[in-house]
Amino acid sequence: MEPENFVIRQISIFSENRPGRLAAIAQALGEEKINILAFSIAEANGFGVVRALVDHPEKAHDKLQSLGFNVAFTEVIAVKMRDQPGGLYEIAKILGDAGINIEYSYAYSGKEGAVLILRVDQVGDAITKIRKTGATLLERSVFH
Amino acid sequence: MVCWDPRIEEMPKEDLQKMQYKLLKSLVYRLYSFSPFYHDRMKEQNVHPDDIRQLADVKKLPFMFKRDLRDNYPDKFFTASKEELVRYHVSSGTTGKPTVVGYTQNDLNLWTTSLARALTSAGLGRGDVIQVSYGYGLFTGGLGLHYGAERIGATVLPTSVGNTERQIELMQDLGATAIACTPSYLLHIGEVAEKMGIDIRKDTQLRTGILGAEPWTERMRVRMEDWLGIKAYDIYGTSELSGPMFTECSEQKGIHIWSDIALVEIIDPKTEEPLEPGEKGELTVTILQKEALPMVRYRIGDITSMDDEVCACGRTHPRIQRIQGRVDDMLIIRGINVFPSQIEYGLMGIPEVGQHFQIVVERKGALDDLLVRVELTKDSFSDKITDLMNIRKNVEHRLKSSLNVNVNVELVEPGTLPRFEGKSKKVIDKRSL
Repeated sequence: MEPENFVIRQISIFSENRPGRLAAIAQALGEEKINILAFSIAEANGFGVVRALVDHPEKAHDKLQSLGFNVAFTEVIAVKMRDQPGGLYEIAKILGDAGINIEYSYAYSGKEGAVLILRVDQVGDAITKIRKTGATLLERSVFH
Repeated sequence: MVCWDPRIEEMPKEDLQKMQYKLLKSLVYRLYSFSPFYHDRMKEQNVHPDDIRQLADVKKLPFMFKRDLRDNYPDKFFTASKEELVRYHVSSGTTGKPTVVGYTQNDLNLWTTSLARALTSAGLGRGDVIQVSYGYGLFTGGLGLHYGAERIGATVLPTSVGNTERQIELMQDLGATAIACTPSYLLHIGEVAEKMGIDIRKDTQLRTGILGAEPWTERMRVRMEDWLGIKAYDIYGTSELSGPMFTECSEQKGIHIWSDIALVEIIDPKTEEPLEPGEKGELTVTILQKEALPMVRYRIGDITSMDDEVCACGRTHPRIQRIQGRVDDMLIIRGINVFPSQIEYGLMGIPEVGQHFQIVVERKGALDDLLVRVELTKDSFSDKITDLMNIRKNVEHRLKSSLNVNVNVELVEPGTLPRFEGKSKKVIDKRSL
């Protein structure tokens, strides 16, 4: 399996911190029949960044850009976790021991189990290291 | 270099000054005899036309202010009879009653001549298609440029303001080579063209912008010239003087003020004493040949400096530098004078933020709070919060070091700050003083 198969395209959207911005983004994606698989909001003073994994990232990017949003693709990776107490610890310890520095992260628990989404400095390097530990990385095809 | 009227434009300075003196003398006699207002003003100041014995004696004459025009609304100030008037223009009355300007045929001719010289000096002439995107109507911009452009034999495309997409289509289809509008409207046109998939550089024949009616900066010029592939010239004038009248020449080093039309002084607004060339102060203008609404030592309120050296273009008439702000635009933030143009200048050097900005001033407790809202450009958006925080910090730091006052910066989504088709309103002052 080639390492790039594990690189997932997340869309990141710049948003002012005022009522209705998330609704505007979600409405646009809904209209395009784009499904949101996971998302998070990072907040700073006065603005935020909405990050989402969607089933059709290109379509989502173009739609949001046409509406004037500042949108970018960001490469992230997804690690499978046990959906049980201690599941996050197992993975977090593996990442720590492997010397992987996390820029940011969010998680979801779905039908196929729990998943930790990671944004790291060196994606390729991280993929190699994580695979060596025996942890399971989810392929891009799981999402889109 | 092509001059519209080489005899006047390249006249030796001494001869120009002699001409100015003669024109000033006859203006003062005429006003003393026919303008009850100015007669009284001169008496109050204890000055008689005979006291004007040389050009420098202009400083003995009383000033005129915008409020004088308002107090004499609509036409008590006019020194021409109603029958002699051929046109009115009315300036927007955002801060009180509007100002009405009347014109005789000679006044219109003078205005048009001034612009004919100016547009020629900016390299325009026969064969040019000049899109006039200033408002037509009561505002002087549209009709002023219209007649000036026709006079030099250019073809006018009188689009006025608004309906930007259609403006861009016509610019393309009719091969406009020049556009006259406010700098903020040209930015708007550039953005709309990009959205339409039109590259102004490649897909149009536009090569000249005649931009004014609001203050703008040198950096904005560089940015606009690079972006749109044009040469951008500054134009100056106000309705009280007739309208837009003067522009930069092809040297782009200041706006030539035709000496036979206007006598300019730069004064210290506090002491009211004349300043030396190069010193920044309040522009004061005497229009030497105007019939319906004469203006003597009119305090426009614009801040600039003067350069009296002969220009590299060969024209001998003095130049004023680009307007740096208005005496009444000046914000006082915690006791420090801040001009919106300084903020614009600071922002133009930062590639991460766009050309549009908004200034919000509030009183928080006992202190003034200055907030500048800027649009994050597409290329500089990073998914990382820390990168965005650093952009904001950098903008705050750069503005603070040039203004000497604390500035808060807010990053906003692109395209969300208000766009203006006419004069832009970039300052929201919420302080109730």
